Amino acid sequence: MIPAAFDYVRAGSAEEAVSLIAEHGEDAKFLAGGHSLLPLMKLRLAQPTVLIDIGRVNDLSYVRDGGDHVAIGALTRHMDVETSDVLREHAPLLAHAASHVGDPQVRHRGTIGGSIAHADPASDLPAATLALGATYVVQGPNGTREIAAADFYEGFLTTSMAADEMLTEIRVPKMGGAGWGFQKFNRRAQDWAIVGVAAWRRNGDAGVALVNMGSVPILASSVASALAGGASIDDAAEQAAAEADPQADLNASVEYRIHLAKVLTRRALEAASG
Amino acid sequence: MEISVTVNGATHTSDVEPRTLLVHYVREHLGLTGTNVGCDTSSCGACSLHLDGEAVKSCTVLAVQADGTEITTIEGMAAADGTLHPMQQAFMENHGLQCGYCTPGMVMAATSLLQENPSPTEEDIRLGLEGNLCRCTGYHNIVQAVMACAAAPTA
Amino acid sequence: MTTTDATTATAPGVIGQRLLRREDPALLTGEAKFTNDMHVPGALHLAVLRSPYAHARITKVDVSAALQVPGVRAAYSGADLADLWAAPMPCAWPVTDDMKNPPHHPLATDKVCYVGDGVACVLADSDTAAHDALEAIDVEYEALEAVTDLEDALSDRVLVHEDLGTNTSYTWALKVEESEGAVDRAFAEAAHTVSERYVQQRLIPMAMEPRAVLSMPQPFGGDVTLYSATQVPHILKVMTAITLGIGEHQVRVVAPSVGGGFGSKLNVYAEELLCVALSRKHGVPVRWNETRSENTMATIHGRGQIQHIELAADDNGKLTGIRVRLIGDMGAYLQLVTPGIPLLGAFLYAGVYDLPKAYDFECTSVFTTMTPTDAYRGAGRPEATYAIERAMDALAGEVGVDPLELRRRNFIPTESYPYEAFSGLTYDSANHDGAATMAAEMLGYDELRARQAEQNVDGASKRIGIGVSSYFEMCGLAPSRVLASLNYGAGGWEAATVRVLPTSKVQVVTGSTPHGQGHETSWSMIAAEKLGIAPEDIDVLHSDTAVSPLGLDTYGSRSLPVGGVAVAMACDKVIDKAKQIAAHQLEASPDDLEFAGGAFTVKGSPDRTMPLAAIAFEAFTAHDLPDGLEPNLEAQVTYDPPNFSWPFGTHMCAVEVDVDTGEIEILKYVAIDDCGVQVNPLIVDGQVHGGVVQGIAQALYEEAVYDTDGNLTTSTLAEYLVPAASDVPPITTGHTVTPSPTNQLGVKGVGEAGTIGAAPAVINAVVDALSGLGVRDVPMPASPLNVWNAINHAQEAPK
Repeated sequence: MIPAAFDYVRAGSAEEAVSLIAEHGEDAKFLAGGHSLLPLMKLRLAQPTVLIDIGRVNDLSYVRDGGDHVAIGALTRHMDVETSDVLREHAPLLAHAASHVGDPQVRHRGTIGGSIAHADPASDLPAATLALGATYVVQGPNGTREIAAADFYEGFLTTSMAADEMLTEIRVPKMGGAGWGFQKFNRRAQDWAIVGVAAWRRNGDAGVALVNMGSVPILASSVASALAGGASIDDAAEQAAAEADPQADLNASVEYRIHLAKVLTRRALEAASG
Repeated sequence: MEISVTVNGATHTSDVEPRTLLVHYVREHLGLTGTNVGCDTSSCGACSLHLDGEAVKSCTVLAVQADGTEITTIEGMAAADGTLHPMQQAFMENHGLQCGYCTPGMVMAATSLLQENPSPTEEDIRLGLEGNLCRCTGYHNIVQAVMACAAAPTA
Repeated sequence: MTTTDATTATAPGVIGQRLLRREDPALLTGEAKFTNDMHVPGALHLAVLRSPYAHARITKVDVSAALQVPGVRAAYSGADLADLWAAPMPCAWPVTDDMKNPPHHPLATDKVCYVGDGVACVLADSDTAAHDALEAIDVEYEALEAVTDLEDALSDRVLVHEDLGTNTSYTWALKVEESEGAVDRAFAEAAHTVSERYVQQRLIPMAMEPRAVLSMPQPFGGDVTLYSATQVPHILKVMTAITLGIGEHQVRVVAPSVGGGFGSKLNVYAEELLCVALSRKHGVPVRWNETRSENTMATIHGRGQIQHIELAADDNGKLTGIRVRLIGDMGAYLQLVTPGIPLLGAFLYAGVYDLPKAYDFECTSVFTTMTPTDAYRGAGRPEATYAIERAMDALAGEVGVDPLELRRRNFIPTESYPYEAFSGLTYDSANHDGAATMAAEMLGYDELRARQAEQNVDGASKRIGIGVSSYFEMCGLAPSRVLASLNYGAGGWEAATVRVLPTSKVQVVTGSTPHGQGHETSWSMIAAEKLGIAPEDIDVLHSDTAVSPLGLDTYGSRSLPVGGVAVAMACDKVIDKAKQIAAHQLEASPDDLEFAGGAFTVKGSPDRTMPLAAIAFEAFTAHDLPDGLEPNLEAQVTYDPPNFSWPFGTHMCAVEVDVDTGEIEILKYVAIDDCGVQVNPLIVDGQVHGGVVQGIAQALYEEAVYDTDGNLTTSTLAEYLVPAASDVPPITTGHTVTPSPTNQLGVKGVGEAGTIGAAPAVINAVVDALSGLGVRDVPMPASPLNVWNAINHAQEAPK
């Protein structure tokens, strides 16, 4: 399978990338690791006329201790997120979630920014960063702005980034020793989650987000509220699907997805409390 | 677009269409047909090769993205005198292949796995090969081969 | 019970050694050439436009815009090419005289009958240009209703082929009764009966190498060489000649390295015929490479049956009668052996059990608007084994005995072999209890039962189950006269030539065509054993009809018990001829010579000896041969087996089911397989491992899913869940060795055994785990969703 023809331009910096996308308009797409976009292009389900390769913007590949948060360059590969000592110490939930993305070959190429910007609700890292209360930094023609993860996902594969903006950094608050759990339920290890849950707990606080439980990654606020109100894990987990709007597919009915969300939330919270 | 890549130690400069996939580049432009194509969805891993030392699925990389990189394909694994790479030898000794179509990708993924984790458990190996499908062996002997290779004393 | 050392059967020698495969270095280094790897300057690339509709009339095909795409040389509709076909695409197995078989051509002309049916094609300078041009072809369709449900198809509510007036292709029956009414009496008088319905889901074979074709016409005279990723170059040669109206002597077919088949490359496909026809028409090589997304639609599917099985038994649970009703899913057309697949299982619904003549089998097969089905690893036999082995577990529940004990009560006793079965077939040799006992020991059956009783209590979140499956594989296809009685359009023999070259190196030429099984290694071992020559001095030639003109190829676990035996017999013939030369040279009577270690020696005179090497050179120079003896040392044998071979075994599986999520973990899988004498135990184990995982895949992962509009929703490897290493367990193998008395090697075949044994072992284990919750069945694949639904339905059902 071969993609339809397109023009290819390479950006050397985020500024250049943003100006190229402004120049080429809405049929242009950013290409980072390519592991979300190229499969769609090979099946000719996506036919952009211009690809702007941002894969060589090397100064966007980093994991840095930012004091109260960890800053991750958008072009940091999954494998580097997974193995980052800084993340393993301060945001182990995210490092662990990255180890579940695709397979090793995919993790050698795919990037955290590509995954988040693609905004697939079945993808692991959007939900994991959402649970952690991350902030995304995007760059546009007029400079940068920050978008809270909770305000980022607007609909299926759509975000609150403008067409001429590019995701440059993910800021994840340090977990401060919070307990955490990550549950990914799938049939084959390499597959997308049928349902996934990312959760953390520290004292009275908690964050829970769901993978593949709606058209966007779902922040399960009701679970966190229930826990804050003193509910048991079992009772809180019963609220797991309160914000969700799951669809049926080959692997799950709506009822089964809701059931799984509750079971996996309970297990993730148990791990976070263990 | 002109690209320059080093493949199995030799540098090649080629003019490619941007839509040329890396796997098609090595197969058709360079004639290195050991790297196979088994799917359209980055699922099967038959096309795995090493890009700057790490296994990637070359059906999901554009040749233009590989400009300036160092690539090793299955043809670059055995020594010049024909001595098999230890992983190739382990696959042979453990009957880790039957039809051989997934084998180049499997060998490339397995060697990349051992670079990152030189002493894997059986579980680590099975998970580490999650992106490579084989229809013949049931994986049993592939896993045995990788374990044997990991256990072998390095020269 | 211990594994018998296979070498004792033919001791001492090469047979039975775990020889490493000679095929491996080329495959491991990328040197091996698959069809798609061959570099052919000037070849045109074929691409096929496929129907997006399951069922539609074609009202317009306009290829003119495709011709404007750069690099395109030609574009054709089905109608444009209609004159190229001398005959429709072949179905070689008209199972009944009145079987309905609609005409089927490489490209559709008036109507499409499944998503993926070819409607037009393009020839271009590159694959890229050819695929780009497909998008420019304008086809208009008038959509018709799809038929994807077998019982709906049977109703003829929507006809797939209106001209036939029915969707039923055929009904085939096998009723064997001691006296009339025996089956009805068995059920009327039974102490226990079970009546079960199972669905064999459609599967996609998914050989890792998609199909590939390259046709090279000769510039003069009309000869053509067809390279194809096929299991059946010999069959393909005949069928290509017939379908295209070319002299068979002008067609050469070569199967280069072939990346797995599993039945999917046992066929004659549209693209093979298109490449040959268009390469001759244009006078240039034409090639086609299948993409995976095409493969899932344009290459045959397997399984696809609704099974209804009833067992009658006495108060001890001993079987007294069996009734089977099948509906077979043919898909849209009949491919090479589509209609015969259910028949390959028709004799096996009594499994390995002693059944009186009270057997009533009937299969009705229907057309649907889906990809044609055909042989997939096991072909009819996994389906039959699944039905009887699942039903035996149901019967065990009914009788109130352990499933293993029920099987033991019904096993055909070892001492009754050779055993004449109810069907009239003779089973060659077996020891079912031996295999079952070994499996139980290696699994730790009793310990697991104890652990199960402890763990599977009310409210347990994880429940343990144990599954047993004992099987027969009817293989070594096949005695030609039996095939004749089944209306099959060819014989079941295999050919071999053994040639000792002047320098005493040996060529073995075989009609069996490998695609991963290691024929070169195994055949060289057989010849080495027979001739006393080192395996590395023996070359094995195959897969090219110019080199090996006679053959019936590789499928149905037939290679070793038919093709391998032919090699051994050809060696015998060579030895016979050599003996005449040796007798002449040694001035002895042939009766006084013995052959051992590669040399003839006069009995009692160890110094009067002549090695085969010297005889071969004598035969070559022909300076001093016995009167009337032809020069050269070569012999050909065509072997038609007198009986099927009957590999057997018992598989056991232990699972733990997560009741909360429906997830299944296989705790242990034990496969005890008896394939008779093992030529190379390394290869035998490999075949079992791979077969078992394909069976596990059917049980837990795979299904070709169609929506009600007839779209295949599992059209890529992202949706069609071929498991990876991370998704399956290690396989514990063990073997008993019960040689086949049918052939001189004592071999039986092993290619499909794993697949046949595995699916029922796994599902029996899953159902066993959940039986305490009221679950009686879980449909395949036992996905977490299906398991969860089964638990919920059982809990909701009135007690």
